[in-house]
Amino acid sequence: MTAVRPALTSIPPPDRPVPPAPRRILMKGNEAMAEAAIQAGCDAYFGYPITPQAELLEWMARRMPEEGRVFVQAESELGAINMALGAAATGARVLVSSSSPGISLMAEAMSYMAGGEVPVVLINVMRGGPGLGSIGPSQADYFQAVKGHGHGDYRTPVLAPSSISEAVEVVADAFELAERYRTPVIILVDGILGQAMEPVEAAFRTPARAPADWILTGADGRPPRVVKSVHLLPEALEAHNRHLQAKFAGIAAREVRWAGEQLEDAELVIVAYGTAARVARTAIARARADGLAAGLFRPITLWPFPSAALADLVARVRGFLAVELSAGQMVEDVRLAVDGRRPVAFEGRMGGMVPTPAEVVAALRRLDAIVGEGRR
Amino acid sequence: MTVEHALEPVLEPRVVFERPELLADRTTIYCPGCGHGVVHRLVAEVLGELDLGPRTIAVAPVGCAVFAYDFLLVDFVEAPHGRAPALATGIRRVRPDAFVLTYQGDGDLAAIGTAEIVHAAARGEAITAVFVNNGIYGMTGGQMAPTTLLGQRSTSSPGGREAGLHGLPIPMTEMLAVLPGVAFAARGSIADAAAIGRTKAYLRKAAGAQLARRGFSIVEILSNCPVGWGMTPLESIERLREVVTKTYPPGVIVDRMKADAAASPAGTSPGAAPAGPGAVPPTPADPASTPPVER
Repeated sequence: MTAVRPALTSIPPPDRPVPPAPRRILMKGNEAMAEAAIQAGCDAYFGYPITPQAELLEWMARRMPEEGRVFVQAESELGAINMALGAAATGARVLVSSSSPGISLMAEAMSYMAGGEVPVVLINVMRGGPGLGSIGPSQADYFQAVKGHGHGDYRTPVLAPSSISEAVEVVADAFELAERYRTPVIILVDGILGQAMEPVEAAFRTPARAPADWILTGADGRPPRVVKSVHLLPEALEAHNRHLQAKFAGIAAREVRWAGEQLEDAELVIVAYGTAARVARTAIARARADGLAAGLFRPITLWPFPSAALADLVARVRGFLAVELSAGQMVEDVRLAVDGRRPVAFEGRMGGMVPTPAEVVAALRRLDAIVGEGRR
Repeated sequence: MTVEHALEPVLEPRVVFERPELLADRTTIYCPGCGHGVVHRLVAEVLGELDLGPRTIAVAPVGCAVFAYDFLLVDFVEAPHGRAPALATGIRRVRPDAFVLTYQGDGDLAAIGTAEIVHAAARGEAITAVFVNNGIYGMTGGQMAPTTLLGQRSTSSPGGREAGLHGLPIPMTEMLAVLPGVAFAARGSIADAAAIGRTKAYLRKAAGAQLARRGFSIVEILSNCPVGWGMTPLESIERLREVVTKTYPPGVIVDRMKADAAASPAGTSPGAAPAGPGAVPPTPADPASTPPVER
């Protein structure tokens, strides 16, 4: 007996119009970020398989050759990030992606990129740790990304989208930031954002290329150029560090990004990024239905952290709750911004577990009890 | 006709030896008697003679030669320790017209960077590795390297290298030569003028392999480290010639360019056609048909 199956067709039913532009495409996060990089003019991708970001590498393996661009599956994450260092030193727009354990391996080269001022965009689709951990979603690499993966005094811009559409946007932004400031830039997403499928607004963008007078092209009719981080004389290295610190100060002054939701009347504010912010959004809706005036403060740049904007809220809210897929990492930056002037609570799950909206609502209630009259 | 007139053409000033154009006119920072100066000069001569200076993007190692860019007047990027072949791969893929060179020591290439050099060679990347093997970690003060000879004392093998304790010296270039992606692999030395001349010829062949996009090429150059070896420069050269070459015999280890030419009566190399930015040889040689190792 042959089963009768409905015909699979992409023709829209007659009662539904053809979707208007801009198109909304259903895409997996990893694939959306990969395509966004291609549309942003990425010249070369170097990677190594690791879950939960493998689809990103696979997308690039298929699409980059179609576009006549470079795809190399390296022998290791060390190989991948160093291929990126070499290619970017010649002015190529380069993407690398990995997940937590792989990022640890890439930390050495990230430090060289920071020191040598080489722009590379790196996507970390975070999984549970420490060690080999799990392949579940996590935000346990906040310290690693924000406080410095590699050795030495340096900062790296970190962008943390909370939807796949936003991830598409920040990919183009990341290339722009990287080239404008000659720095590696990290896009930090958890495994859910990598694996989930969402309708993506096809807002792909190709940033203009800034003229580069430092890239290696061969010393043809000009003096040789060197891209390096070594400065053996302490005076010279300190001068180089001062130059880097001035650059980081400029980034901190100009590139802070965050989003607020229902902050106008909020008495309790949840601070969360990425997937945790989406859980928080649901929790806030439930808390409000139950009479708790909660709002969401969502950092989009984790470095520079939106400390000033958060501090501005202190005068009009009674307490803060950081929600993370970790044991509590970003919460330290929230406490630094709040500076002891309000209670800062924390709610999080670890190892690939995700806090439920109910757990977050309960945490809001505990915070409410600490700070006094929470009900309007 | 006077005697002076007769001698005049002979006395006409003539340059017989000069600094290569691509070698910087500055005081060396290397230790007295160190071989890096000779190797730098050879690289500068070969790049200059092949007119590759304006196209070269070189990768500097970590180790004594980290400052190679202070002496070789070409574009340079500094690599983390051992990773030069990965950087070179990235450069090769996005800069098809560049001449891509890594300059690496034995700690860099044969210890911490083994994965990167093996896989760059395996992929047949059209890059050239200049591998300076002096059998010791010079910059950090004379510790044992993977290439240190049996019995050789170092600050981390004070009783001398023992096979049972430290393992045997690694013949890195022979290991790489078995990979079909390697177009040319040879070992030279700087022990004397004749050896230096042969080493220069190897460097030219290695450059030719890259220019033909035939694959990966490497020239290992046995060099001395008088300070690390605890010897005078003269004693170190003597040891290089009489002792080191017994463990690491100089010569061409594999020349697949020659094999290609022999296999093709017209003398054209079937693998010589440029294969795009990756320049992976389109027809990697069957390992079974690899010609026997030449000496």
